[in-house]
Amino acid sequence: MPWDEGLVASLVYDRPDPSEGRILSYVQAINEALVLALEHDPSVFVMGQGVDDPSAMFGTTRGLQQRFGPARVFDTPLSEESMMGVAAGAAMNGMRPVYMHNRPDFVLLAANQLITHASKVHFMDNGQTTVPMVVWAAIGRGWGSGAQHSQSIQGILLGVPGLKIVMPSTPHDAKGLLLSAILDNNPVCVFEHRWLMRKDGIVPEGFYRVPLGRGICRRTGRDVTIVGASHAIELGMQAALLLAAEGIEAEVIDLRTIKPLDEGIILESLKKTGRIVAVDTAWMKGGVCAEIGCLAAEKGYADLKAPVARVGLPDIPAPAGYTLEQIYYPDAARIASAARALVRWDAAPAGPG
Amino acid sequence: MIRYHYTGDGIGGFGRFAAGQPPAFLLGLHRSMLRIRRIEEEIERRYHEDQMKTPIHLVIGQEATSVGCCAALGDTDLLYSSHRTHGTYLAKGGDLKAMLCELHCRANGCAGSRGGSMHLIDKGVGLAGTSAVVGGAVPIATGAALAAWMKQEDRVIVVFLGDATTEEGVTSESLNFAALKRLPIVFFCENNFYSVQSPLETRQPPRELHKWAAAHEMPAVLIDGVNVLAAFEATRTAVARAKAGEGPSFIEARVYRFRAHAGAGDDSRTGYRDEAERQQWERVCPVRLFEAYLVEAGLLNATAIDALEHEIAEEIADAFAYALESPNPTEADLYRHVYAE
Ligand SMILES: Cc1ncc(C[n+]2csc(CCOP(=O)(O)OP(=O)(O)O)c2C)c(N)n1
Repeated sequence: MPWDEGLVASLVYDRPDPSEGRILSYVQAINEALVLALEHDPSVFVMGQGVDDPSAMFGTTRGLQQRFGPARVFDTPLSEESMMGVAAGAAMNGMRPVYMHNRPDFVLLAANQLITHASKVHFMDNGQTTVPMVVWAAIGRGWGSGAQHSQSIQGILLGVPGLKIVMPSTPHDAKGLLLSAILDNNPVCVFEHRWLMRKDGIVPEGFYRVPLGRGICRRTGRDVTIVGASHAIELGMQAALLLAAEGIEAEVIDLRTIKPLDEGIILESLKKTGRIVAVDTAWMKGGVCAEIGCLAAEKGYADLKAPVARVGLPDIPAPAGYTLEQIYYPDAARIASAARALVRWDAAPAGPG
Repeated sequence: MIRYHYTGDGIGGFGRFAAGQPPAFLLGLHRSMLRIRRIEEEIERRYHEDQMKTPIHLVIGQEATSVGCCAALGDTDLLYSSHRTHGTYLAKGGDLKAMLCELHCRANGCAGSRGGSMHLIDKGVGLAGTSAVVGGAVPIATGAALAAWMKQEDRVIVVFLGDATTEEGVTSESLNFAALKRLPIVFFCENNFYSVQSPLETRQPPRELHKWAAAHEMPAVLIDGVNVLAAFEATRTAVARAKAGEGPSFIEARVYRFRAHAGAGDDSRTGYRDEAERQQWERVCPVRLFEAYLVEAGLLNATAIDALEHEIAEEIADAFAYALESPNPTEADLYRHVYAE
């Protein structure tokens, strides 16, 4: 049983409207994607520490081994680097591995194989070999996860050519993006967020794909753009509600994939609102927030009515204790306050905050 | 002071393996080793001209391992290797022109000038991949073996690794996994006693590498790495085991590189190893030793050797000329293949 089960279970999300379609939990959506992928293509297999244990990777891999057998769904030794290389080697030879980790923190042990091998092979051998593999991990937050069990490592990986990075925010996307990732011919990291896992959503039956590299507008608004992915978008949507109550209309852009980055959707929204708040589950420095800020300065400069704001983690490791966590992590109010400051920028030229 | 003595049987070591082998097979091994030696020497001779802007790791002195091993492999068997690629590439049947074009940074190099000497590849003959990160190819080869096992393909994967590669944690991890899943893989360790200029004794406690490997629950043998037939025989045994579904094997072959870790020429005089040590191993040069054995056995003579040398020299001259005339890549080439379609 994952230790943060109680915390995650206590999170409250709105129930989707059943008249809009079939409701599935986030975890069920991921499980369904894995089932479909395993059914669809005999070269797909699932590996990872504990994917066959009673906790079943937060429930996402439940029943898979019983259904598809221990050759295609298997537990691994605690050998992250080698197993990442094994996944790459299998992918280079006609398989489509899905290598699952509890936390992105553990992927760092395999950085050599992920960054220096899997992501480079196709380029290095002049396109002769493809490496279709998925590296899946769930970002932790809260309940003592602390500095070593809650890292969002997407910023570290953002500068790695050859790699794709997917960060869903809804059950619908968790399924559709995972299927796209598994069918993609490149190494794809799928970073889920523990706090989204109790979220329910409308999830179509059967096989569908959400395309990689394309964001989606979750809410339209004219005053300010809130852009990011994963759980940061959950907070961004809550922030938009707070802002709406004050008469500020925020547009919320869910990137879905942060590499490749959908620059078009960001710039288009910026053209409309002239203000941008970049949000992320990771550190603000050198990551998704920084990249969005740079994009706005580089290609959207003429549209900016106010400076770019970033709401992510400060340049500090995650603390483990409850009180410090509350201070450390941004919430919807913090995103709303950053957006508010941008909207009021003309009136208060001294700057946001 | 000689730290690492040759402990094999020299020319006396061939007889026991040669019995029953067709002469054409034995002559083929000799030809392949001699060809690699001459290619390496020509690369070395021309290196200072700076047309090959790529770090080279010559296999002069280590020809017997690649050649003996590859003689036990079929075209569908896959070979992965480290930064020291020239021997495995050529022994597996890799195209010489494509290799020299790669070394000369030409568009038609075997990796389109994106790999260089450390990343030779020829998938057509099963030279499937290399890594210049020590240990990098070991789990990838293990993954290739997992794929072969999952797809129930009748193929074996071999990965070449150096003695220092056994110090990388990922190598232990990979041996463990290969043994756990009984994968069809052969870990072929060329123990040349040095990692760049660091001797084994400063890197590992006194022990034998094959014994370390055996602790991972797989057959691990020690062979005389200057003996091409020993390398062939050990690989053949390991391949048969893998193909029978009995799992991985480890081969430790004691060899010596006659040149510096990288680049042209020897660097023993810098003091990290004794020239007398190299000279001792040069007396059991794998190419000359086997040649002497074949002459003694009446399978080769001076005329035949001359003819062979001539033929090889011509092939090499042609291939170098071809490489030098080949086109350089263009800017458009740079942008290709970052992502697969
Ligand atoms: C991870 C890593 N560390 C260090 C190096 C630098 N390096 C390149 S080759 C080499 C020696 C490796 O020795 P060994 O594995 O015995 O192979 P050999 O060169 O003797 O064939 C070293 C240290 C590297 N390429 N990769």
